[in-house]
Amino acid sequence: MMAFWQGILGIAWTPVWALVKIIAIIAPLMIGVAYLTYAERKVIGYMQVRIGPNRVGFKGLLQPIADGLKLLMKEIVVPSGASKGLFVVAPMLMIAPALAAWAVVPFSPRMVLANIDAGLLYILAMTSMGVYGVIIAGWASNSKYAFLGAMRSAAQIVSYEIAMGFALVGVLMAAHSLNLIDIVQAQRGGVFHWYWLPLAPLFVVYFISGVAETNRAPFDVAEGESEIVAGFHVEYSGMAFAVFFLAEYANMILVAMLASLLFLGGWEPLFPVAPFTWIPGFLWLLGKVAFMLLLFLWARATFPRYRYDQIMRLGWKVFIPVTLVWIVAVGLVLQTPYRYLVH
Amino acid sequence: MNRIKNFFSSFLLIELLKGMALTGRQLFARKITVLYPEERTPQSPRFRGLHALRRYPNGEERCIACKLCEAVCPALAITIESAARADGTRRTTRYDIDLTKCIFCGFCEESCPVDSIVETRIFEYCGEKRGDLLYTKPMLLELGERYESQIAKDRACDAKYR
Repeated sequence: MMAFWQGILGIAWTPVWALVKIIAIIAPLMIGVAYLTYAERKVIGYMQVRIGPNRVGFKGLLQPIADGLKLLMKEIVVPSGASKGLFVVAPMLMIAPALAAWAVVPFSPRMVLANIDAGLLYILAMTSMGVYGVIIAGWASNSKYAFLGAMRSAAQIVSYEIAMGFALVGVLMAAHSLNLIDIVQAQRGGVFHWYWLPLAPLFVVYFISGVAETNRAPFDVAEGESEIVAGFHVEYSGMAFAVFFLAEYANMILVAMLASLLFLGGWEPLFPVAPFTWIPGFLWLLGKVAFMLLLFLWARATFPRYRYDQIMRLGWKVFIPVTLVWIVAVGLVLQTPYRYLVH
Repeated sequence: MNRIKNFFSSFLLIELLKGMALTGRQLFARKITVLYPEERTPQSPRFRGLHALRRYPNGEERCIACKLCEAVCPALAITIESAARADGTRRTTRYDIDLTKCIFCGFCEESCPVDSIVETRIFEYCGEKRGDLLYTKPMLLELGERYESQIAKDRACDAKYR
């Protein structure tokens, strides 16, 4: 089958096949984003003893589609004082890195778009790009609230990027690799070999930094409805707003995916024995991602928004020292005969 | 000692986990949402909704145009004009309630010496044009006739507390 198409398309085969693979990743991701918004409203509703959306379709299952259609039909208002070019570019700058990072995310030992050696580095680079979208959106809107939101978001993302990077350094020290597939395979052998146990502080720091990086509650001062209306995207409407929304949720799924790959053993089953190994690896990965996403929503339903100086304190004075200490500890253990504890 | 304890309970995320345990329990709690058009919350017999003008069982309208309701209305929503009828009794010729002004305080009902103006349990009404919510005497009398049984029952319920 593949050889047949290869014969027909000739030189065009490589880009076409890459495109097919990209669509095979993006399409489920977008559906995942749509239903993550639904899950968010349902989970938060249930935690607040409400029932969430239940009118559109069976149990409200068509709600995200209705929301999407509504946003599609709305007008995109460009403020008269805005920098028009940048105003339009900002949402694209936001969504492009959020999607590009998925290129190196493996779904099984063989299912990956680009199996590059420095996969982790690539992901760090891509996720850092997202902040440009926020800053440019805030600046181009020519609105004080948007600008304040962008400033807050920039400072916050820069601060937490450091702690997040350090947390990942611990992982690559333990796995001796930057390749995501190698990192997952280094965790082979059941739940007690996954890195969440030897690198527990780094796992917690990584996840909390991930929540801060994606500007999610309780770190959502960049949007801070009660203080600065909606932060950097106040002036956006219709589909331009929806793109910001998509990027935020795609980033959430990405952080959850990375947490499952780096700390929860990716597609490895809970225990490498019979009843667990019957379940395909892809479902294990999906389950772990769903669990991490539930934690995102759970945190949003539980915690009030952090004050801004507290966010900075947590990032600089708690997370960075904790990760540094643990990196040194991991480094020391790796030099001793007890290195099997982390590796 | 206390400071050390506080430090560890926040540093080890114990406080946060307690909070998440609480919301986690609520996830499985019974939901209290009332699905409005299908389900309704119970109403008190003292519910103050749409107004109505009542009649006596013999068909005579109760209102004697004393204008106490007009005087007591804090929102100035009631307008009354009166004249002597052929049999020499005083009756209203005009009884308007501007529901866009009304604040549903219930003072008109309280002040009425003959239980003529009342507030019913109806709260689902609307106007599609400007002026639809300016209720006139025939409209109020018609409401009174239509819901008389419910109104009488609610008044009887509340009578012993008056």
